[in-house]
Amino acid sequence: MAIRVLIAKPGLDGHDRGAKVIARALRDAGMEVIYTGLRQTPEMIAEAALQEDVDVVGLSILSGAHLALVPRIRELMIANEMGDVPILIGGIIPDEDKAKLQEMGVTGIFGPGASTDEIIDFINTIVKDGDGFEAASKTD
Amino acid sequence: MASKPLQKLTESLLQGNRRALSRLLSYVENEREGVDDVLAALFPHTGKAWIIGITGAPGTGKSSLVNTLAKAYRAHGTTVGIIAVDPTSPFSGGAILGDRIRMRDLSGDAGVFIRSMATRGSLGGLARATRDAIRVLDAAGFDLVLVETVGAGQSEVDIVRTAHTTVLVEAPGLGDDVQAIKAGILEIADILVVNKADRPGVKKTVAALKAMLELGHPASLGQLVAHHGRLLPVEDKANGRNAETPMWIPPIVQTIALETTGIDDLMTVIEAHRNHLVDAKIFAQIERQQIEIELHDRLRETLMRRFLQDIDDAILADVIAQIQARRLAPQTAIEQLLRHM
Ligand SMILES: Nc1nc2c(ncn2[C@@H]2O[C@H](COP(=O)(O)OP(=O)(O)OP(=O)(O)O)[C@@H](O)[C@H]2O)c(=O)[nH]1
Ligand SMILES: [Mg+2]
Repeated sequence: MAIRVLIAKPGLDGHDRGAKVIARALRDAGMEVIYTGLRQTPEMIAEAALQEDVDVVGLSILSGAHLALVPRIRELMIANEMGDVPILIGGIIPDEDKAKLQEMGVTGIFGPGASTDEIIDFINTIVKDGDGFEAASKTD
Repeated sequence: MASKPLQKLTESLLQGNRRALSRLLSYVENEREGVDDVLAALFPHTGKAWIIGITGAPGTGKSSLVNTLAKAYRAHGTTVGIIAVDPTSPFSGGAILGDRIRMRDLSGDAGVFIRSMATRGSLGGLARATRDAIRVLDAAGFDLVLVETVGAGQSEVDIVRTAHTTVLVEAPGLGDDVQAIKAGILEIADILVVNKADRPGVKKTVAALKAMLELGHPASLGQLVAHHGRLLPVEDKANGRNAETPMWIPPIVQTIALETTGIDDLMTVIEAHRNHLVDAKIFAQIERQQIEIELHDRLRETLMRRFLQDIDDAILADVIAQIQARRLAPQTAIEQLLRHM
């Protein structure tokens, strides 16, 4: 059965080209991608993750607001009994923030240089099946 | 009986737990072991929701309409479950499910639950998954279940057959012809919506739909019934209609889904259709027909699965080889295969 991935774009910046490229690549890798579009609040993201029962939440963040957005999303997901669902971040994340994000429970961070294959492999490794995932961690 | 964890999940669902609801919807989609017992346990709690199918060609504004319509129902206190179906890519088996993009207005409302579904494998499988997902939302207590599907063919017709009210969404400027005519889906529509009424060409689209309706309509109800497959069988063919069952003529409503224009009208005709079914006592017959279709579907699926489990792969391979060599006709082959059951 297909891996379900939420691709969301929190924050106020208006570019979702990167997120769309990822969404298409994941679809082509056989995943079901729930695409929610631009300017999602943490509440909207956590709610969509819950309703769609996704295996992975992928956030595309270019705005630099990751340290504000991620803890809130994570907190809401934990409140929804979805603390075990891995969060991946794509975007421009300064090195000094990566460790902080991982402490906040982010499972994988992918910079602009990451290939879609890399992301697909990573998701395939952390998601065993629809019912759980193996703990794993990744930064680049 | 369902396993302990599944039983707990069922109880949580009935108590309104949204995580349980979302898990159970996945189990239904994935045909997880034990889910049939869960569905059986939920069944006594179903039959309360009104189910509305929203179908139509790609891009006509179905999701936008679901968004606006659901918001309007919420203003009346009606709770709304939504299932949005998008196609699975035949090449990769993956899918992009993007209907939520148009449903942002519904976020943060505990009276709404939106679930996206991919068509996945077989057509029959989708009809089953959708039907079961509707039941789960019904058991969870939603007053209304809206099912959005792209109106492209038989699978949509199948899904729509599980709805009480079917809304076909058209939009102007999608080509010369009304899209639905090709798909042959007009016959199953209870309500026709011409969305994007702010766009040029609305009158033309409305006129085309009217013409289509008149073609298929009053002259021979018998024919309409056969096509429609869900109205009462006509007892008094000589008079062209059964006096006790007034006919439902699909109304045409114009909407602008990005605003609220026409949404009140749409709610009014949906209510009228519901009243029509109940008043005309057609409802029980439609329900009976839907149950019959469902039983046939399930029987077909189950018998097929059992048969394939039972039959020796070598026998099947041999029969295929014989047919290919023209030593055996497919018709005769079936008789032979069935003897192995
Ligand atoms: N002008 C105008 N545009 C509309 C209206 N309703 C929807 N749209 C636009 O039409 C496009 C498609 O809308 P959707 O709601 O996604 O249509 P859909 O039928 O759900 O599309 P699929 O799910 O892809 O088949 C979007 O760009 C909407 O903003 C309307 O009433 N007027
Ligand atoms: Mg849509």
